[in-house]
Amino acid sequence: MGAALQKVWALLREVTGDDAYDRYLAHWRATHAAEGTAPLDRSSFYREEQRRKWDGVRRCC
Amino acid sequence: MATTMTQRLPKPISFIGWIVAILLGTFALAAIAFNRGESIDALWFIVAAICVYAVGYRFYSAFLAAKVFALDPTRATPAERFSDGRDFVPTNRWVVFGHHFAAIAGPGPLIGPTLAAQFGYLPGTLWILIGAVLGGCVQDFVSLFCSIRRDGRSLGQMARDELGPIGGAVALIGVLAIMIILIAVLGLVVVNAMRHSPWATSTVAATIPIAVLIGLFMRHLRPGRVLEGTAIGVVLLLAAVFGGGWIDDHPTLRALFDYDAPALALMVIVYGFAAAVLPVWLLLAPRDYLSTFMKIGTIAALAVAILILNPQVKMPALTQFIDGTGPIFGGNVFPFVFITIACGAISGFHALIASGTTPKLLANERDARFIGYGAMAMESFVAIMAMVAACVLDPGVYFAINSPAGVVGADAATAVATISQWGFPVTADQMSALANEMGESTLFARTGGAPSLAVGMASIFSNAFGNTLLSVWYHFAIMFEALFILTTVDAGTRVARFMLQDLLGNVARPLGRTSWYPSVLICSGLVVAAWGYFLYFGTLDPLGGINSLWPLFGIANQMLAAIALCVATTVLVKSGRVRYVWVTVLPLVWLVAVTTAAAWDKLFSPDLRVGFLSHANDLAARLDAGTLTGAAADQAPQLIFNDRLDAALTLFFLITVWVLVVETGRICHARLSGRHCPPLAETPHVQTRLVES
Repeated sequence: MGAALQKVWALLREVTGDDAYDRYLAHWRATHAAEGTAPLDRSSFYREEQRRKWDGVRRCC
Repeated sequence: MATTMTQRLPKPISFIGWIVAILLGTFALAAIAFNRGESIDALWFIVAAICVYAVGYRFYSAFLAAKVFALDPTRATPAERFSDGRDFVPTNRWVVFGHHFAAIAGPGPLIGPTLAAQFGYLPGTLWILIGAVLGGCVQDFVSLFCSIRRDGRSLGQMARDELGPIGGAVALIGVLAIMIILIAVLGLVVVNAMRHSPWATSTVAATIPIAVLIGLFMRHLRPGRVLEGTAIGVVLLLAAVFGGGWIDDHPTLRALFDYDAPALALMVIVYGFAAAVLPVWLLLAPRDYLSTFMKIGTIAALAVAILILNPQVKMPALTQFIDGTGPIFGGNVFPFVFITIACGAISGFHALIASGTTPKLLANERDARFIGYGAMAMESFVAIMAMVAACVLDPGVYFAINSPAGVVGADAATAVATISQWGFPVTADQMSALANEMGESTLFARTGGAPSLAVGMASIFSNAFGNTLLSVWYHFAIMFEALFILTTVDAGTRVARFMLQDLLGNVARPLGRTSWYPSVLICSGLVVAAWGYFLYFGTLDPLGGINSLWPLFGIANQMLAAIALCVATTVLVKSGRVRYVWVTVLPLVWLVAVTTAAAWDKLFSPDLRVGFLSHANDLAARLDAGTLTGAAADQAPQLIFNDRLDAALTLFFLITVWVLVVETGRICHARLSGRHCPPLAETPHVQTRLVES
């Protein structure tokens, strides 16, 4: 039961984009950590994310 | 979903299960189609719909996936090949489904069926079911498929690649035009819901500061904490619904939110401009989070409520208005039911979403079936629920709410007399009691579909979840509709602004810079002026602007679907799948027939409520003869100009469709006869390295 609830919670966070920054960090660690740069902090990541997200057709009739 | 089930179940059981689904679906459809009693259980609609979608998904979409598109699970998707953790992200299929559904399902599937219920429940219901399974779902699926095979390119780019520069240019201008009409008509729907309703107006107005507050919260206090921000926002929105009731009872505050339609239209126009030029994080993005939650929550609640309550559908299967004399909009059942219900059956706009963000998220090509076909089936189900919500109202009440004053008469006594005489009995007392229950001063002539849907939803909700607070449920429903209509207004204005900047950038370079503020202001202003014009004069139209604007929107939306299907047809022919080309040609032929017939009617019909030109000529003749007086005479020149403008737009849409169809035919013919044509732009196969989770 607890595990199922946790799974639903994780899915909810993923659908809503609540965990987008954690996912970005995981991606960054996996692919860019060796480049000697720093990842974006949470606030700048969120800004970038919104700018990108609203750059095209996002909503329909 | 269905596939995993069949994998798990032993073959004979699954086989019997599908036979039962087919029989049950057929039986439910027959019950709906042949019912001639006083009323029918809403449950039949739900059962028929679920069976039709399940069978369509299980068999037709499986055929499309395996035979027609030959989806290849070993082929790396754009999300995998360009994975950057941001734009291109291989994502859980359920998450992509959620995003895709939230993006495609807007107010369209709620409003179209509500308006089309004037023909009776049957034409709209059949079109929603058949149109979705054979048309809309196929269009979404094929657009997604084509885009995945082309690095996630947009519909406009694909049209240019596959059909050449003419097709590409026509598609781009078509998209811009449909956006303008869409925003205008949606704005009109909100305005009609708020007209002289302090409760609705104050609640809708409160959504703006609430969105800003959440925007600030998610930007500065708790960056990126979407769930926290949304939870606070939803609580505040519910408080706003109750607060609106308090304002409505307050004698001085009430006057601050009591406006007529033209004044509200101006406010929506000012708001639209502000929302388009303000940074997205402040208004657009937080409003979108809130509206998405509200939308999915409310639609799910409506489904549960209909299941619990099983309300009676009181609308007849067919009304006399199939002959074209309907009060809500003029025009015969063919082609107008197919134009009025676009979203929910087939909506061209979806091709923009299916070729935009979604293809950049798919982890596996195989998921295109579930996302493309499945999400559209779900949207179609929303349309069926809207149809049910419209048809559970007493038909007399439905017509009293939705018919413009110009058709049934401005005062209550005349309106109820006209409607009762059509065979849909309703009394002035009944209407005023209903308005009183809903916390409104009047419900007469609240055209646009939103108020009648809200009345339907309020009665379903209050019956299913406790028979109190009808007025709160009503205004909750209005708030829910207005919230995501305004999100579409904001987002649409923004996208139209980008497109205009892109177009004007070819003429004057600096205008194309999307972040250059003068260009932002000029282009946003132009876009807002364009839809604002149609919106404002829609509120002045004595026939209720919905009568002219909604069909125009429907034609434009179906035209866009035709463009998407033209691109898809070309792709199928070029990739050597000619023998399956009927899967896109069938809906394409139907759409071209429907849009052409509707456009022709809107242009040349002698019926004053259908033909733009005959209406303009009639007004002009009466103006010359001096039979118009007062405000009618003052407005006449403007209305005449509007009619001619609408006619010009209709003609433009008609020409667009035919140019695209001829181009498609030419290119397919060239390909089949071995002559030169633009090559297939599909990207080569790359083996996937993702391991199935």
